[in-house]
Amino acid sequence: MKVITANFVTCSVKECKTSPNSFPLHFHDAELEMQELDFQPEFIRNVIPRIDWEGLRVTANELGFPSLPETKPEGEALYDEQTLKDLHRLLLETQVMEGRLICGNCSHEYVIKEGIANFLLPSHLV
Amino acid sequence: MDAAEVYEQKNVHEVYQQIAEHFSSTRYKPWPIVEQFLKELQPGSVGLDVGCGNGKYLTVNKDVFIIASDRSENLARIALQHQPHSTVVADIMDLPHRDAFFDFAISIAVVHHISTSARRVQAIAEILRTVKRGSETQSGGKILIYAWALEQKNSRRGWDKGDPQDIMVPWVRKAKSADDQPQTFNRYYHLYEEGELERDIDQAGGHVLESGYEKDNWWVIATPKTAS
Repeated sequence: MKVITANFVTCSVKECKTSPNSFPLHFHDAELEMQELDFQPEFIRNVIPRIDWEGLRVTANELGFPSLPETKPEGEALYDEQTLKDLHRLLLETQVMEGRLICGNCSHEYVIKEGIANFLLPSHLV
Repeated sequence: MDAAEVYEQKNVHEVYQQIAEHFSSTRYKPWPIVEQFLKELQPGSVGLDVGCGNGKYLTVNKDVFIIASDRSENLARIALQHQPHSTVVADIMDLPHRDAFFDFAISIAVVHHISTSARRVQAIAEILRTVKRGSETQSGGKILIYAWALEQKNSRRGWDKGDPQDIMVPWVRKAKSADDQPQTFNRYYHLYEEGELERDIDQAGGHVLESGYEKDNWWVIATPKTAS
């Protein structure tokens, strides 16, 4: 599971959707692997405006990455090659292969196995 | 689990787990309407492919980012190869995504596997929930839904208006090796009749923008209704 994915998912439990505590889900026992992907500056530049920066800062911190800047790169900063390369590496090349994602609202745990997170709910939570 | 969920588990989910590999090898050509819908998106759009199967639509437009999901882990694993996108295992009835966030969502040949009318409407409502609401200053997120048509008298199957809509369709899995036998699996389908998909979208809170028929399927492009 790529780091960017964590920015676009939340808890599957309906009642959690309205709680601010359900985003982002929290990584536990994450095992990371780097996977090299083609660097496409245009793609990163286009996607950054859709990233929840606060959420990404929480995720990056939990995964042990150096702190991200406090504010999201905008305007000129989106044309800084190093900034885009760093984000490419964090968002797309960093894979969480094993671990758990935990909801801060209901505490339900979603397992990540061989790079895929499973968001199916046990029947008592549906 | 209620009866409908147990039924779908046995007659849809377990079948796709079993046939994932063979099914995937037969699904590679994007349908034209889906291709066009994806190609018209703004660069940087972020959206969902709900019930992505082998992920054949993930590569259509390289300027958008898609979070793909499937109920079958075996299919989700096959879809994982399509970079730079993401794939997760999720259920269409309980999607792990925030409200009103995404620019678009597609769900191609998925809702026809849901076994009651109420649940099909609920599934479409769940997809609509994830896309942006329209306002006076911005247009809402768009969803594209595809479902198998009852009216397909020129197809190999030959069904037409008046035939039963809730049916089992066999999938014959080819032998995996010389000492393996071909095996038949039956999948549940609800065949949509003309106008039915539009009605389901409306009931689910969607406003139909465009609709039509392509390759034995009914399709609809819709956006969440705005409060009026």
